[in-house]
Amino acid sequence: MKEFTFKTGGVHPKENKLTKDAPFVHLDPPAVAVIPLSQHIGAPNTPLVKVGDHVKIGQVLGSTNAFVSAPVHATISGEVVAIELRPLPSGIRAQSVIIKNDFKKKWVSGLKGIKSLESSSREDLIKNIRDKGIVGMGGATFPTAVKLSPPKDKTINVIIANGAECEPYLTTDYRVMMEYPEKIIDGLLVEMKITGAERGIIAIEDNKKNAAVLLEENVEKRGLDNIEVVLVKTKYPQGGEKQLIKAVLGKEVPAEKLPLEVGAIVQNIGTLKAISEAVFEGKPLIERGVTVSGPAIKKPGNYTIRIGTTVTDIIQQTGGLTRKLRKLVFGGPMMGIAQSTVEVPVTKGTSGILFFGEEALEMAPQEEMPCIRCSRCIDWCPTGLMPLLIDHAWRRNDIKLTETLNATDCIECGVCSYVCPSKRYLTENVRNAKQKILKQRKIEAAKQAAFEKIKALKEKKAQEAKEKLDEGGKADG
Amino acid sequence: MDENLVDLVVTSSPHIRDKARVSFIMRAVLIALVPATIAGLYFFGIGHTLGVIIVSILSAIVAEYLSCLMFRKKATVHDLSAAVTGLLLALTLPPSSPYWMVAVGAFVAIILGKWIFGGVGSNPFNPALVGRAFLMISWPTYMTIWVKPFTQSVFPPTDIITTATPLNIIKLKGFSDLLTMFDGSRLIMYKSLFLGNVAGSIGETSALLLLLGGIVLIVKRIIDWRIPAGFIGTVFVLSAVFNRDPIFSILSGGLFLGAFFMATDYSSSPITIKGRLWYGISLGVLTVIFRQFGASPEGVMFSILIMNCFVPFFDKMLPRVYGHFAPKRKVSI
Repeated sequence: MKEFTFKTGGVHPKENKLTKDAPFVHLDPPAVAVIPLSQHIGAPNTPLVKVGDHVKIGQVLGSTNAFVSAPVHATISGEVVAIELRPLPSGIRAQSVIIKNDFKKKWVSGLKGIKSLESSSREDLIKNIRDKGIVGMGGATFPTAVKLSPPKDKTINVIIANGAECEPYLTTDYRVMMEYPEKIIDGLLVEMKITGAERGIIAIEDNKKNAAVLLEENVEKRGLDNIEVVLVKTKYPQGGEKQLIKAVLGKEVPAEKLPLEVGAIVQNIGTLKAISEAVFEGKPLIERGVTVSGPAIKKPGNYTIRIGTTVTDIIQQTGGLTRKLRKLVFGGPMMGIAQSTVEVPVTKGTSGILFFGEEALEMAPQEEMPCIRCSRCIDWCPTGLMPLLIDHAWRRNDIKLTETLNATDCIECGVCSYVCPSKRYLTENVRNAKQKILKQRKIEAAKQAAFEKIKALKEKKAQEAKEKLDEGGKADG
Repeated sequence: MDENLVDLVVTSSPHIRDKARVSFIMRAVLIALVPATIAGLYFFGIGHTLGVIIVSILSAIVAEYLSCLMFRKKATVHDLSAAVTGLLLALTLPPSSPYWMVAVGAFVAIILGKWIFGGVGSNPFNPALVGRAFLMISWPTYMTIWVKPFTQSVFPPTDIITTATPLNIIKLKGFSDLLTMFDGSRLIMYKSLFLGNVAGSIGETSALLLLLGGIVLIVKRIIDWRIPAGFIGTVFVLSAVFNRDPIFSILSGGLFLGAFFMATDYSSSPITIKGRLWYGISLGVLTVIFRQFGASPEGVMFSILIMNCFVPFFDKMLPRVYGHFAPKRKVSI
């Protein structure tokens, strides 16, 4: 096995993978599930159920005809008691279907998988993935069916299964690799068939060598010579899509373009497992593996949790807290989102839930010190940005300069803030700048479109007036 | 859920931070300077020399504290940057410097070198060198008394034996005269310079121990190797071009102290990777020019202070951003 890595920047924070050796344990389905109607990036779903309806497991709760979307399914059977705004892990409030569990565990009928990969068409496979609501489960929640349908003029040569899992604490992907290696390979084969990619690469960080060996054994057992298992150096953010492509393929994705520009698709390990289950078993995405960890939870572990289970439920089912909960993070500690309430549910993109007590405040101090120009943020930035300059520009509201300094290329990995000895909010401000630029561009584009429209209308009017005049002239004559 | 058990704080990611704080970095620099400091005490006597170091550090800390009061800023003494400035200043002073002059130098370094510009991180010049340059211009006689090693043993210093620094001898008499002081053997001369058994400032004489501290800082990634490597490498090559002994040139004077500990000062050195290499090279060029053509035998201090002015220029050598294949030409910051 060869070992690869990206060269520019990157750090190695303390791994803290407390739950590395804890196999997945099923949590009980919740008494009340809070299922957000839209759990993907793209067009929002419209509800297909109403209050009072009885739903079965796997029943579609919401969907839309828009191309970039993924339907949402009921994860428990029971009665819809409300459809209302509820807090989401992303920090916003969104329409959610609240289901009261009847504990009858009734599944919707007609969920069937395909018989064999060979006898299925590309379209069938994509339809299966789309109908089962599969999205990127690493956290980005981009609809997988869309990702696998590149424009006609692009060819996909390679699918990279992303087993880097470079975030501290998280062990979800590692456990999936250890417990379901055959499903990962199945999922990879499905994706290769859909896209016509000749190669599949499973990239795993070298702190998870046994997972790599296990997958390698499985690949060899099945005699698949088009799938390769490679090791990548344990370094954050090795699992970043762009960094992984650079590491494994030696290519860079052009700025503001997608990986398919270099003929690659990067797919999260958990998503591959979900694809395999959707395609071969007909199972919709109703549960997922979640690392529940951190010093404030009594029983850290890897749990298979129904989507819609709230944190309150998880705390109760896993045996409670060890101390006062001061910080609740969805995702990893580097990129995860701090929550303001324990009522948030697990969604399709929840890879981990971290519980911290008072020590969280010590870990991420809130008081900034002056920048000492040590340039650690520049030296360690995996994208080659100048975080301190973007931060300065943002603070004096010079958005144009942040754009010149390529703030839009930021992958928000958090490395700059992590290494900053003055504990400045670098990632936060670069992210702010990036969002502001993107928003301005959107407004600018809308403005431009409106102008064009007005211009076209005016021209049309002028044309009509001219024609009328001509006609009038004719009539007179 | 019991409300007493949940009191959530929401902050932006990342939720963990590296342990390296400003004080951690400054402490590492202080530790890296300990060997060279001990060498200074060993060669120039523990009595008065230790006094110079202590007065310098304490004055710097007092000046920092007073500046914080004056500029109404939160006290920043605990970040140790003032202590580093104080120690660095002491190491650039002659071992026989009077205490009052040391104190003035430390006050100038902290107040005129740093706080006038807004405190830590905002100073365009290396504060310790600002202090030294001030003393050099104000009291040139005190600043050019060079003690022969092992002759300043009593406290207060009474009958010390003064001598010239190796660079001084070259400037005034020539290389062959210098060589006769070392029994005509280059090897003995190199050894003396490398270990530090020559006249000079308190902390500049032992190239070996400065190198040791510098390498520790480079390995710990506290300073970038490009500045010292560019600086020392250029002095080595360019000295050979001017027919000066290259090994002598890099071992003598304040080059190692300047290259590892002064030119790498965060706020007064470039922030870009490419810029730092060119900054180091430029420093080397200037130093050799000063040594060769200048009136004063040494040029490290003024090279650094002059190149400090050009740091904004080096800061424009931006790294290539991932996914951008041609470097951006025009960026005005």
